[in-house]
Amino acid sequence: MTSTLTISQLTKSFGGVSALSEVSLGLSPGERVALLGHNGAGKSTLMKIILGLVAPTGGEISVCGAAPGHPSVRAQVAYLPENVAFHPALTGLEQTSYYMRLRGLNPSGAMAMLDRVGLAGAAKRRIGTYSKGMRQRVGLAQALIGHPSLLILDEPTSGLDPVSRRDFYELLDGLAATGASILLSSHALTEVEARTDRLLILSGGRMVAEGTLADLRRKAALPVVMHVTPRNGYDLMADLPGATRSNGGVQITCAQEEKLANLARIVALNDKVADLEVIPPSLEDIYSHFSRRDGQ
Amino acid sequence: MIARILATTRTEIHIARRNRWVLIAVLLMVVFSLVLSAAGSAPTGALGADRLSVVVASLTSLSVYLVPLVALLMSFDAVAGEVERGTLPLLLTYPVARWQILTGKLLAHTAILILAIGAGYVAAAGIAIATDPAAVSGLGALWRLTWTSVLLGATFLGIGYALSSLSRRVSGAAGVAIGVWLGFVVLYDLGLLAAIVADDGGFFTTHIFPAALLANPADAFRLFNLTAADASGAASGVGGAALAIPLWQSLTSILVWPLLSLGLAAWAFRKVEP
Repeated sequence: MTSTLTISQLTKSFGGVSALSEVSLGLSPGERVALLGHNGAGKSTLMKIILGLVAPTGGEISVCGAAPGHPSVRAQVAYLPENVAFHPALTGLEQTSYYMRLRGLNPSGAMAMLDRVGLAGAAKRRIGTYSKGMRQRVGLAQALIGHPSLLILDEPTSGLDPVSRRDFYELLDGLAATGASILLSSHALTEVEARTDRLLILSGGRMVAEGTLADLRRKAALPVVMHVTPRNGYDLMADLPGATRSNGGVQITCAQEEKLANLARIVALNDKVADLEVIPPSLEDIYSHFSRRDGQ
Repeated sequence: MIARILATTRTEIHIARRNRWVLIAVLLMVVFSLVLSAAGSAPTGALGADRLSVVVASLTSLSVYLVPLVALLMSFDAVAGEVERGTLPLLLTYPVARWQILTGKLLAHTAILILAIGAGYVAAAGIAIATDPAAVSGLGALWRLTWTSVLLGATFLGIGYALSSLSRRVSGAAGVAIGVWLGFVVLYDLGLLAAIVADDGGFFTTHIFPAALLANPADAFRLFNLTAADASGAASGVGGAALAIPLWQSLTSILVWPLLSLGLAAWAFRKVEP
Protein backbone atom coordinates (compact mmCIF):
# COMPACT_ATOMS: atom_id res chain seq x y z
CA MET A 1 0.00 0.00 0.00
CA THR A 2 1.36 3.44 -0.85
CA SER A 3 1.83 5.90 1.95
CA THR A 4 -0.67 8.67 2.53
CA LEU A 5 1.92 11.24 3.40
CA THR A 6 5.61 11.43 2.56
CA ILE A 7 7.82 14.27 3.70
CA SER A 8 11.54 14.41 3.16
CA GLN A 9 14.06 17.04 4.24
CA LEU A 10 11.34 19.64 4.67
CA THR A 11 12.56 23.12 5.57
CA LYS A 12 10.64 26.29 6.26
CA SER A 13 11.93 29.66 7.32
CA PHE A 14 10.00 32.87 7.90
CA GLY A 15 12.10 35.87 6.94
CA GLY A 16 15.38 34.15 7.76
CA VAL A 17 14.09 32.61 11.00
CA SER A 18 14.03 28.85 10.70
CA ALA A 19 10.72 27.25 11.71
CA LEU A 20 11.38 23.73 10.42
CA SER A 21 14.65 22.18 9.39
CA GLU A 22 15.12 18.90 7.54
CA VAL A 23 11.98 17.21 8.81
CA SER A 24 11.20 13.83 7.28
CA LEU A 25 8.29 11.54 8.00
CA GLY A 26 5.90 9.12 6.40
CA LEU A 27 2.36 8.10 7.23
CA SER A 28 0.73 4.85 6.09
CA PRO A 29 -2.99 4.27 5.68
CA GLY A 30 -4.65 3.50 8.99
CA GLU A 31 -1.73 4.77 11.01
CA ARG A 32 -2.23 7.09 13.97
CA VAL A 33 0.73 9.32 14.68
CA ALA A 34 1.10 11.91 17.42
CA LEU A 35 3.20 15.00 16.90
CA LEU A 36 4.54 16.37 20.16
CA GLY A 37 6.40 19.53 20.95
CA HIS A 38 6.43 22.75 22.91
CA ASN A 39 4.65 25.87 21.75
CA GLY A 40 6.64 27.16 18.81
CA ALA A 41 8.29 23.80 18.11
CA GLY A 42 6.90 23.92 14.55
CA LYS A 43 3.90 21.58 14.87
CA SER A 44 1.33 23.97 13.43
CA THR A 45 3.69 25.12 10.68
CA LEU A 46 4.32 21.51 9.64
CA MET A 47 0.57 20.90 9.54
CA LYS A 48 -0.09 24.02 7.48
CA ILE A 49 2.54 22.92 4.97
CA ILE A 50 0.92 19.49 4.69
CA LEU A 51 -2.42 21.24 4.08
CA GLY A 52 -0.95 23.49 1.41
CA LEU A 53 -1.75 26.65 3.38
CA VAL A 54 1.93 27.55 3.74
CA ALA A 55 4.58 26.91 1.09
CA PRO A 56 7.76 25.15 2.27
CA THR A 57 11.15 26.76 1.72
CA GLY A 58 12.77 23.47 0.73
CA GLY A 59 12.35 19.72 0.72
CA GLU A 60 9.80 17.41 -0.79
CA ILE A 61 6.27 16.61 0.25
CA SER A 62 3.59 14.41 -1.24
CA VAL A 63 0.06 14.10 0.16
CA CYS A 64 -2.21 11.35 -1.18
CA GLY A 65 0.08 11.12 -4.19
CA ALA A 66 0.01 14.79 -5.18
CA ALA A 67 1.28 18.21 -4.12
CA PRO A 68 -0.21 19.66 -0.92
CA GLY A 69 -3.19 21.94 -1.49
CA HIS A 70 -4.03 20.41 -4.88
CA PRO A 71 -7.83 20.26 -5.31
CA SER A 72 -7.80 16.46 -5.53
CA VAL A 73 -5.79 16.35 -2.30
CA ARG A 74 -8.03 18.80 -0.47
CA ALA A 75 -10.98 16.54 -1.25
CA GLN A 76 -9.29 13.76 0.75
CA VAL A 77 -7.77 15.70 3.64
CA ALA A 78 -9.58 16.98 6.73
CA TYR A 79 -8.20 19.57 9.11
CA LEU A 80 -8.99 20.64 12.62
CA PRO A 81 -7.11 23.84 13.43
CA GLU A 82 -5.85 24.74 16.87
CA ASN A 83 -8.50 26.92 18.59
CA VAL A 84 -10.98 26.25 15.81
CA ALA A 85 -13.34 29.17 15.15
CA PHE A 86 -16.60 29.64 13.31
CA HIS A 87 -18.87 32.53 12.50
CA PRO A 88 -20.78 33.20 15.74
CA ALA A 89 -24.01 34.07 13.90
CA LEU A 90 -24.37 30.61 12.34
CA THR A 91 -25.88 27.62 14.10
CA GLY A 92 -23.91 24.41 14.46
CA LEU A 93 -26.22 22.78 11.95
CA GLU A 94 -25.84 25.56 9.36
CA GLN A 95 -22.06 25.54 9.73
CA THR A 96 -21.85 21.76 9.34
CA SER A 97 -24.26 21.82 6.38
CA TYR A 98 -22.07 24.44 4.73
CA TYR A 99 -18.98 22.27 5.11
CA MET A 100 -20.83 19.25 3.74
CA ARG A 101 -21.90 21.24 0.68
CA LEU A 102 -18.32 22.40 0.15
CA ARG A 103 -17.31 18.74 0.07
CA GLY A 104 -20.03 18.12 -2.50
CA LEU A 105 -22.19 16.10 -0.13
CA ASN A 106 -25.87 16.20 0.66
CA PRO A 107 -26.24 18.32 3.83
CA SER A 108 -29.10 16.18 5.10
CA GLY A 109 -26.45 14.17 6.95
CA ALA A 110 -25.32 17.21 8.96
CA MET A 111 -27.46 16.38 11.97
CA ALA A 112 -26.03 12.85 12.09
CA MET A 113 -22.50 14.31 12.00
CA LEU A 114 -23.30 16.54 14.98
CA ASP A 115 -24.90 13.62 16.75
CA ARG A 116 -21.66 11.64 16.40
CA VAL A 117 -19.88 14.28 18.47
CA GLY A 118 -22.75 14.67 20.93
CA LEU A 119 -23.99 18.04 19.72
CA ALA A 120 -27.39 17.13 18.31
CA GLY A 121 -29.16 18.91 21.17
CA ALA A 122 -27.44 22.22 20.47
CA ALA A 123 -27.41 21.95 16.67
CA LYS A 124 -29.93 24.73 16.16
CA ARG A 125 -28.30 27.19 18.53
CA ARG A 126 -25.87 29.84 17.34
CA ILE A 127 -22.21 28.93 17.66
CA GLY A 128 -21.73 32.27 19.43
CA THR A 129 -23.51 30.75 22.44
CA TYR A 130 -21.34 27.59 22.49
CA SER A 131 -18.66 26.80 25.07
CA LYS A 132 -15.09 26.17 23.93
CA GLY A 133 -15.60 22.43 24.20
CA MET A 134 -18.73 22.61 22.03
CA ARG A 135 -16.92 24.62 19.36
CA GLN A 136 -14.19 22.00 19.44
CA ARG A 137 -16.82 19.34 18.78
CA VAL A 138 -18.15 21.25 15.77
CA GLY A 139 -14.54 21.26 14.61
CA LEU A 140 -14.34 17.50 15.07
CA ALA A 141 -17.65 16.99 13.28
CA GLN A 142 -16.43 18.91 10.23
CA ALA A 143 -13.19 16.90 10.21
CA LEU A 144 -15.19 13.67 9.99
CA ILE A 145 -17.16 14.76 6.91
CA GLY A 146 -16.80 12.58 3.84
CA HIS A 147 -14.45 9.81 5.07
CA PRO A 148 -11.13 11.64 4.62
CA SER A 149 -7.97 9.63 3.86
CA LEU A 150 -5.84 11.90 6.01
CA LEU A 151 -6.85 13.82 9.12
CA ILE A 152 -4.63 16.64 10.36
CA LEU A 153 -5.73 17.50 13.89
CA ASP A 154 -4.01 20.35 15.71
CA GLU A 155 -4.48 19.82 19.44
CA PRO A 156 -7.84 18.18 18.91
CA THR A 157 -8.67 17.49 22.53
CA SER A 158 -7.98 20.93 23.99
CA GLY A 159 -11.08 22.14 25.77
CA LEU A 160 -12.62 18.66 25.97
CA ASP A 161 -13.42 17.01 29.28
CA PRO A 162 -11.95 13.53 29.99
CA VAL A 163 -15.09 11.67 28.94
CA SER A 164 -15.30 13.58 25.66
CA ARG A 165 -11.63 12.87 25.06
CA ARG A 166 -12.20 9.18 25.39
CA ASP A 167 -15.16 9.38 23.00
CA PHE A 168 -13.01 11.36 20.61
CA TYR A 169 -10.24 8.79 20.57
CA GLU A 170 -12.80 6.07 19.99
CA LEU A 171 -13.98 7.98 16.92
CA LEU A 172 -10.37 8.14 15.73
CA ASP A 173 -9.88 4.42 16.28
CA GLY A 174 -12.93 3.78 14.12
CA LEU A 175 -11.58 6.02 11.36
CA ALA A 176 -8.12 4.45 11.47
CA ALA A 177 -9.70 1.00 11.28
CA THR A 178 -11.24 1.98 7.96
CA GLY A 179 -7.87 3.07 6.58
CA ALA A 180 -7.67 6.78 7.41
CA SER A 181 -4.27 8.12 8.43
CA ILE A 182 -4.27 10.45 11.39
CA LEU A 183 -1.66 13.01 12.36
CA LEU A 184 -2.51 14.79 15.59
CA SER A 185 -0.54 17.16 17.74
CA SER A 186 -0.55 17.45 21.47
CA HIS A 187 1.32 18.96 24.39
CA ALA A 188 0.73 15.96 26.57
CA LEU A 189 2.46 12.64 26.02
CA THR A 190 0.37 11.03 28.75
CA GLU A 191 -2.74 11.63 26.71
CA VAL A 192 -1.65 10.24 23.37
CA GLU A 193 0.57 7.31 24.41
CA ALA A 194 -2.11 4.65 24.43
CA ARG A 195 -3.98 6.13 21.52
CA THR A 196 -1.43 6.33 18.77
CA ASP A 197 0.82 3.93 16.91
CA ARG A 198 3.83 6.18 16.74
CA LEU A 199 5.16 9.35 18.34
CA LEU A 200 7.13 12.18 16.77
CA ILE A 201 8.78 14.84 18.87
CA LEU A 202 9.58 18.20 17.35
CA SER A 203 11.84 20.65 19.10
CA GLY A 204 13.00 23.95 17.68
CA GLY A 205 11.84 22.90 14.22
CA ARG A 206 13.78 19.61 14.23
CA MET A 207 12.51 16.09 14.54
CA VAL A 208 14.34 14.97 17.69
CA ALA A 209 12.70 11.61 18.21
CA GLU A 210 10.47 9.17 16.39
CA GLY A 211 9.07 5.77 17.24
CA THR A 212 6.70 3.88 19.48
CA LEU A 213 6.64 4.71 23.15
CA ALA A 214 8.80 1.61 23.85
CA ASP A 215 11.34 2.83 21.25
CA LEU A 216 11.51 6.25 22.83
CA ARG A 217 11.82 4.79 26.29
CA ARG A 218 14.76 2.70 25.13
CA LYS A 219 16.44 5.55 23.27
CA ALA A 220 16.08 7.94 26.15
CA ALA A 221 17.67 5.35 28.50
CA LEU A 222 16.49 7.24 31.53
CA PRO A 223 17.28 5.66 34.92
CA VAL A 224 14.81 3.42 36.72
CA VAL A 225 14.09 4.06 40.37
CA MET A 226 13.45 1.20 42.81
CA HIS A 227 12.05 1.86 46.22
CA VAL A 228 12.64 -0.88 48.78
CA THR A 229 10.72 -0.97 52.06
CA PRO A 230 12.49 -3.10 54.73
CA ARG A 231 10.71 -5.54 57.02
CA ASN A 232 10.84 -4.77 60.77
CA GLY A 233 13.04 -1.71 60.34
CA TYR A 234 16.08 -3.51 58.90
CA ASP A 235 18.76 -1.22 57.65
CA LEU A 236 19.28 -2.20 54.05
CA MET A 237 22.01 0.35 53.32
CA ALA A 238 24.76 -2.16 53.99
CA ASP A 239 23.15 -4.84 51.82
CA LEU A 240 22.52 -2.58 48.86
CA PRO A 241 25.59 -0.52 48.02
CA GLY A 242 24.85 2.65 46.11
CA ALA A 243 21.37 3.06 47.59
CA THR A 244 20.15 6.22 49.26
CA ARG A 245 17.79 6.63 52.19
CA SER A 246 14.32 7.67 51.28
CA ASN A 247 10.93 7.67 52.88
CA GLY A 248 11.52 5.05 55.55
CA GLY A 249 13.32 2.75 53.11
CA VAL A 250 16.06 2.91 50.53
CA GLN A 251 16.05 3.94 46.93
CA ILE A 252 18.18 2.60 44.09
CA THR A 253 18.58 4.58 40.88
CA CYS A 254 20.00 2.52 38.02
CA ALA A 255 20.18 2.31 34.24
CA GLN A 256 17.68 0.20 32.33
CA GLU A 257 20.15 -2.60 31.67
CA GLU A 258 21.06 -2.89 35.37
CA LYS A 259 17.45 -3.21 36.36
CA LEU A 260 17.27 -7.02 36.42
CA ALA A 261 20.59 -7.38 38.23
CA ASN A 262 19.38 -5.02 40.93
CA LEU A 263 16.08 -6.83 41.20
CA ALA A 264 17.97 -10.08 41.73
CA ARG A 265 20.00 -8.47 44.54
CA ILE A 266 16.84 -7.29 46.24
CA VAL A 267 15.07 -10.62 45.88
CA ALA A 268 18.14 -12.32 47.39
CA LEU A 269 17.59 -10.29 50.56
CA ASN A 270 14.56 -12.49 51.11
CA ASP A 271 12.59 -11.72 54.27
CA LYS A 272 14.48 -8.52 55.01
CA VAL A 273 12.30 -6.89 52.37
CA ALA A 274 8.67 -6.02 53.00
CA ASP A 275 7.89 -4.39 49.69
CA LEU A 276 9.45 -3.34 46.41
CA GLU A 277 8.28 -0.72 44.01
CA VAL A 278 9.81 -0.21 40.54
CA ILE A 279 9.22 3.27 39.14
CA PRO A 280 9.96 3.57 35.40
CA PRO A 281 10.76 7.00 33.97
CA SER A 282 7.47 8.85 33.54
CA LEU A 283 6.16 9.83 30.14
CA GLU A 284 6.78 13.45 30.98
CA ASP A 285 10.41 12.61 31.83
CA ILE A 286 10.88 10.96 28.44
CA TYR A 287 9.20 13.82 26.64
CA SER A 288 11.31 16.41 28.47
CA HIS A 289 14.44 14.41 27.76
CA PHE A 290 13.91 14.70 23.99
CA SER A 291 12.28 18.07 23.68
CA ARG A 292 14.80 19.83 25.91
CA ARG A 293 17.85 18.41 24.23
CA ASP A 294 17.92 21.19 21.68
CA GLY A 295 19.06 24.01 23.88
CA GLN A 296 15.95 24.46 25.98
CA MET B 1 -18.74 23.89 -8.91
CA ILE B 2 -21.99 25.85 -8.95
CA ALA B 3 -23.14 23.98 -5.83
CA ARG B 4 -19.97 25.00 -3.99
CA ILE B 5 -20.43 28.66 -4.94
CA LEU B 6 -24.07 28.58 -3.86
CA ALA B 7 -23.09 26.92 -0.57
CA THR B 8 -21.11 30.04 0.33
CA THR B 9 -23.93 32.28 -0.92
CA ARG B 10 -26.42 30.50 1.28
CA THR B 11 -24.19 30.79 4.34
CA GLU B 12 -23.51 34.47 3.72
CA ILE B 13 -27.23 35.17 3.45
CA HIS B 14 -27.79 33.41 6.79
CA ILE B 15 -25.09 35.59 8.33
CA ALA B 16 -26.41 38.81 6.80
CA ARG B 17 -29.91 38.03 8.00
CA ARG B 18 -28.74 37.30 11.54
CA ASN B 19 -26.57 40.40 11.62
CA ARG B 20 -29.58 42.46 10.51
CA TRP B 21 -27.74 43.61 7.40
CA VAL B 22 -30.65 42.68 5.18
CA LEU B 23 -33.04 44.64 7.37
CA ILE B 24 -30.72 47.64 7.68
CA ALA B 25 -30.06 47.81 3.93
CA VAL B 26 -33.73 47.52 3.01
CA LEU B 27 -34.90 50.03 5.63
CA LEU B 28 -32.20 52.50 4.64
CA MET B 29 -33.18 52.40 0.97
CA VAL B 30 -36.95 52.44 1.59
CA VAL B 31 -36.93 55.29 4.12
CA PHE B 32 -34.68 57.54 2.04
CA SER B 33 -36.54 56.73 -1.17
CA LEU B 34 -39.88 57.60 0.43
CA VAL B 35 -38.53 60.83 1.85
CA LEU B 36 -37.14 61.82 -1.54
CA SER B 37 -40.30 60.79 -3.31
CA ALA B 38 -42.35 63.00 -1.03
CA ALA B 39 -39.93 65.91 -1.18
CA GLY B 40 -39.40 65.60 -4.93
CA SER B 41 -43.01 66.28 -5.81
CA ALA B 42 -42.69 70.06 -5.78
CA PRO B 43 -40.80 70.79 -9.03
CA THR B 44 -42.99 68.61 -11.26
CA GLY B 45 -44.97 71.39 -12.85
CA ALA B 46 -42.01 73.64 -13.45
CA LEU B 47 -40.07 70.99 -15.39
CA GLY B 48 -42.95 69.55 -17.37
CA ALA B 49 -41.73 66.02 -16.75
CA ASP B 50 -43.84 63.19 -15.41
CA ARG B 51 -43.61 62.68 -11.72
CA LEU B 52 -41.74 59.38 -11.76
CA SER B 53 -38.96 60.80 -13.96
CA VAL B 54 -38.41 63.52 -11.39
CA VAL B 55 -38.38 60.93 -8.63
CA VAL B 56 -35.83 58.91 -10.62
CA ALA B 57 -33.59 61.96 -10.87
CA SER B 58 -33.81 62.39 -7.11
CA LEU B 59 -33.24 58.67 -6.52
CA THR B 60 -30.14 58.86 -8.72
CA SER B 61 -28.61 61.47 -6.46
CA LEU B 62 -29.58 59.41 -3.43
CA SER B 63 -28.24 56.14 -4.77
CA VAL B 64 -24.88 57.67 -5.64
CA TYR B 65 -24.35 58.02 -1.89
CA LEU B 66 -26.32 55.13 -0.42
CA VAL B 67 -25.58 52.21 -2.74
CA PRO B 68 -21.76 52.47 -2.42
CA LEU B 69 -22.14 52.93 1.34
CA VAL B 70 -24.32 49.85 1.80
CA ALA B 71 -22.06 47.82 -0.52
CA LEU B 72 -18.91 48.81 1.38
CA LEU B 73 -20.56 48.15 4.75
CA MET B 74 -21.46 44.63 3.67
CA SER B 75 -18.10 43.80 2.09
CA PHE B 76 -15.37 45.30 4.28
CA ASP B 77 -15.63 42.35 6.68
CA ALA B 78 -15.67 39.66 3.96
CA VAL B 79 -12.01 38.60 4.08
CA ALA B 80 -10.55 40.53 7.03
CA GLY B 81 -13.34 39.15 9.22
CA GLU B 82 -12.48 35.56 8.25
CA VAL B 83 -8.80 36.25 8.91
CA GLU B 84 -9.47 37.87 12.28
CA ARG B 85 -11.92 35.22 13.47
CA GLY B 86 -9.49 32.53 12.37
CA THR B 87 -12.01 30.83 10.08
CA LEU B 88 -10.06 31.33 6.85
CA PRO B 89 -7.36 28.62 7.19
CA LEU B 90 -9.96 25.90 7.72
CA LEU B 91 -12.11 27.18 4.85
CA LEU B 92 -9.13 27.17 2.49
CA THR B 93 -8.38 23.51 3.24
CA TYR B 94 -11.76 22.60 1.76
CA PRO B 95 -11.94 21.57 -1.90
CA VAL B 96 -13.16 24.98 -3.00
CA ALA B 97 -11.22 27.57 -5.01
CA ARG B 98 -10.73 31.06 -3.67
CA TRP B 99 -12.59 32.63 -6.55
CA GLN B 100 -15.53 30.34 -5.77
CA ILE B 101 -15.62 31.60 -2.18
CA LEU B 102 -15.48 35.21 -3.35
CA THR B 103 -18.14 34.63 -6.01
CA GLY B 104 -20.38 33.03 -3.41
CA LYS B 105 -20.07 36.06 -1.16
CA LEU B 106 -20.63 38.38 -4.12
CA LEU B 107 -23.85 36.63 -5.10
CA ALA B 108 -25.19 36.85 -1.54
CA HIS B 109 -24.32 40.51 -1.10
CA THR B 110 -25.62 41.40 -4.57
CA ALA B 111 -28.89 39.63 -3.82
CA ILE B 112 -29.28 41.69 -0.64
CA LEU B 113 -28.46 44.87 -2.56
CA ILE B 114 -31.03 44.00 -5.23
CA LEU B 115 -33.61 43.43 -2.51
CA ALA B 116 -32.82 46.75 -0.83
CA ILE B 117 -32.66 48.75 -4.06
CA GLY B 118 -35.81 47.08 -5.37
CA ALA B 119 -37.74 47.74 -2.15
CA GLY B 120 -36.68 51.39 -2.09
CA TYR B 121 -37.39 52.08 -5.74
CA VAL B 122 -40.70 50.22 -5.81
CA ALA B 123 -41.88 52.16 -2.76
CA ALA B 124 -40.93 55.49 -4.35
CA ALA B 125 -42.42 54.55 -7.72
CA GLY B 126 -45.57 53.27 -6.10
CA ILE B 127 -46.24 56.63 -4.48
CA ALA B 128 -45.41 58.53 -7.67
CA ILE B 129 -47.73 56.41 -9.82
CA ALA B 130 -50.50 56.44 -7.21
CA THR B 131 -50.59 60.22 -7.17
CA ASP B 132 -49.94 60.77 -10.88
CA PRO B 133 -51.09 58.03 -13.31
CA ALA B 134 -49.05 59.67 -16.10
CA ALA B 135 -45.95 58.75 -14.15
CA VAL B 136 -46.08 55.28 -15.73
CA SER B 137 -44.10 56.74 -18.64
CA GLY B 138 -41.14 57.09 -16.28
CA LEU B 139 -40.88 53.32 -15.65
CA GLY B 140 -38.18 52.96 -18.30
CA ALA B 141 -35.99 55.43 -16.44
CA LEU B 142 -36.66 53.61 -13.18
CA TRP B 143 -35.61 50.26 -14.70
CA ARG B 144 -32.42 51.86 -16.04
CA LEU B 145 -31.71 53.28 -12.60
CA THR B 146 -32.28 49.87 -11.01
CA TRP B 147 -29.81 47.85 -13.06
CA THR B 148 -27.17 50.57 -13.04
CA SER B 149 -27.56 50.78 -9.23
CA VAL B 150 -26.89 47.04 -9.00
CA LEU B 151 -23.77 47.43 -11.15
CA LEU B 152 -22.65 50.37 -9.01
CA GLY B 153 -23.20 48.20 -5.93
CA ALA B 154 -21.20 45.33 -7.45
CA THR B 155 -18.35 47.76 -8.16
CA PHE B 156 -18.19 48.83 -4.53
CA LEU B 157 -18.60 45.26 -3.28
CA GLY B 158 -15.50 44.41 -5.31
CA ILE B 159 -13.64 47.41 -3.91
CA GLY B 160 -14.74 46.35 -0.42
CA TYR B 161 -13.47 42.77 -0.89
CA ALA B 162 -10.17 44.05 -2.27
CA LEU B 163 -9.50 46.38 0.65
CA SER B 164 -10.72 43.71 3.07
CA SER B 165 -8.12 41.31 1.63
CA LEU B 166 -5.36 43.90 1.67
CA SER B 167 -5.92 45.32 5.15
CA ARG B 168 -6.09 41.97 7.05
CA ARG B 169 -7.77 43.58 10.08
CA VAL B 170 -11.46 44.34 10.38
CA SER B 171 -10.91 47.70 12.06
CA GLY B 172 -8.43 48.72 9.37
CA ALA B 173 -10.75 47.57 6.61
CA ALA B 174 -13.65 49.55 8.13
CA GLY B 175 -11.59 52.70 8.26
CA VAL B 176 -10.38 52.33 4.70
CA ALA B 177 -13.94 51.58 3.54
CA ILE B 178 -15.22 54.85 5.00
CA GLY B 179 -12.26 56.64 3.43
CA VAL B 180 -12.95 55.07 0.03
CA TRP B 181 -16.61 56.03 0.24
CA LEU B 182 -15.83 59.63 1.20
CA GLY B 183 -13.21 59.84 -1.51
CA PHE B 184 -15.33 58.47 -4.36
CA VAL B 185 -18.69 60.07 -3.65
CA VAL B 186 -17.86 63.30 -1.81
CA LEU B 187 -14.28 64.53 -2.00
CA TYR B 188 -13.74 63.55 -5.64
CA ASP B 189 -16.61 65.77 -6.81
CA LEU B 190 -15.63 68.59 -4.50
CA GLY B 191 -12.11 68.46 -5.91
CA LEU B 192 -13.40 68.50 -9.47
CA LEU B 193 -15.71 71.43 -8.77
CA ALA B 194 -12.91 73.38 -7.14
CA ALA B 195 -10.69 72.67 -10.14
CA ILE B 196 -13.37 73.80 -12.58
CA VAL B 197 -13.87 77.03 -10.70
CA ALA B 198 -10.14 77.67 -10.63
CA ASP B 199 -9.70 76.67 -14.28
CA ASP B 200 -12.50 78.94 -15.49
CA GLY B 201 -13.34 77.13 -18.72
CA GLY B 202 -9.81 76.23 -19.73
CA PHE B 203 -8.14 72.96 -20.77
CA PHE B 204 -9.06 71.15 -17.56
CA THR B 205 -12.77 71.82 -17.95
CA THR B 206 -12.93 70.78 -21.59
CA HIS B 207 -10.57 67.80 -21.60
CA ILE B 208 -9.62 66.43 -18.20
CA PHE B 209 -12.93 66.98 -16.43
CA PRO B 210 -15.05 64.64 -18.64
CA ALA B 211 -12.45 61.88 -18.37
CA ALA B 212 -12.23 62.40 -14.62
CA LEU B 213 -16.01 61.97 -14.32
CA LEU B 214 -15.92 58.75 -16.32
CA ALA B 215 -13.05 57.42 -14.23
CA ASN B 216 -15.18 57.54 -11.06
CA PRO B 217 -17.86 54.81 -11.00
CA ALA B 218 -20.21 56.92 -8.89
CA ASP B 219 -19.96 59.89 -11.27
CA ALA B 220 -20.36 57.67 -14.33
CA PHE B 221 -23.51 56.20 -12.76
CA ARG B 222 -25.01 59.63 -12.10
CA LEU B 223 -23.98 60.90 -15.49
CA PHE B 224 -25.50 57.94 -17.33
CA ASN B 225 -28.83 58.08 -15.57
CA LEU B 226 -29.24 61.83 -15.83
CA THR B 227 -28.12 61.97 -19.46
CA ALA B 228 -30.30 59.05 -20.49
CA ALA B 229 -33.35 60.51 -18.79
CA ASP B 230 -32.46 63.95 -20.05
CA ALA B 231 -33.30 65.01 -16.54
CA SER B 232 -30.19 66.97 -15.78
CA GLY B 233 -32.36 70.00 -15.14
CA ALA B 234 -33.56 68.32 -11.99
CA ALA B 235 -30.05 67.62 -10.84
CA SER B 236 -27.50 70.01 -9.60
CA GLY B 237 -23.74 70.12 -9.21
CA VAL B 238 -21.39 67.88 -11.12
CA GLY B 239 -24.17 65.87 -12.76
CA GLY B 240 -25.55 68.92 -14.44
CA ALA B 241 -22.16 70.21 -15.47
CA ALA B 242 -21.16 67.57 -17.99
CA LEU B 243 -23.87 67.00 -20.54
CA ALA B 244 -21.31 66.98 -23.30
CA ILE B 245 -20.25 63.41 -22.48
CA PRO B 246 -21.87 60.85 -24.82
CA LEU B 247 -24.09 58.21 -23.29
CA TRP B 248 -22.00 55.25 -24.52
CA GLN B 249 -18.99 56.51 -22.65
CA SER B 250 -20.69 56.62 -19.26
CA LEU B 251 -22.34 53.27 -20.04
CA THR B 252 -18.94 51.74 -20.77
CA SER B 253 -17.60 53.04 -17.48
CA ILE B 254 -20.59 51.54 -15.62
CA LEU B 255 -20.04 48.16 -17.28
CA VAL B 256 -16.25 48.05 -16.96
CA TRP B 257 -15.98 49.13 -13.33
CA PRO B 258 -17.54 46.01 -11.78
CA LEU B 259 -15.16 43.81 -13.80
CA LEU B 260 -12.23 45.95 -12.76
CA SER B 261 -13.07 46.02 -9.05
CA LEU B 262 -13.95 42.33 -8.88
CA GLY B 263 -10.75 41.47 -10.72
CA LEU B 264 -8.86 43.53 -8.16
CA ALA B 265 -10.71 41.72 -5.37
CA ALA B 266 -9.83 38.29 -6.79
CA TRP B 267 -6.18 39.32 -7.14
CA ALA B 268 -6.03 40.69 -3.59
CA PHE B 269 -7.74 37.61 -2.12
CA ARG B 270 -5.28 35.30 -3.89
CA LYS B 271 -2.46 37.10 -2.14
CA VAL B 272 -3.85 36.51 1.36
CA GLU B 273 -1.72 33.93 3.17
CA PRO B 274 -3.68 32.28 5.98
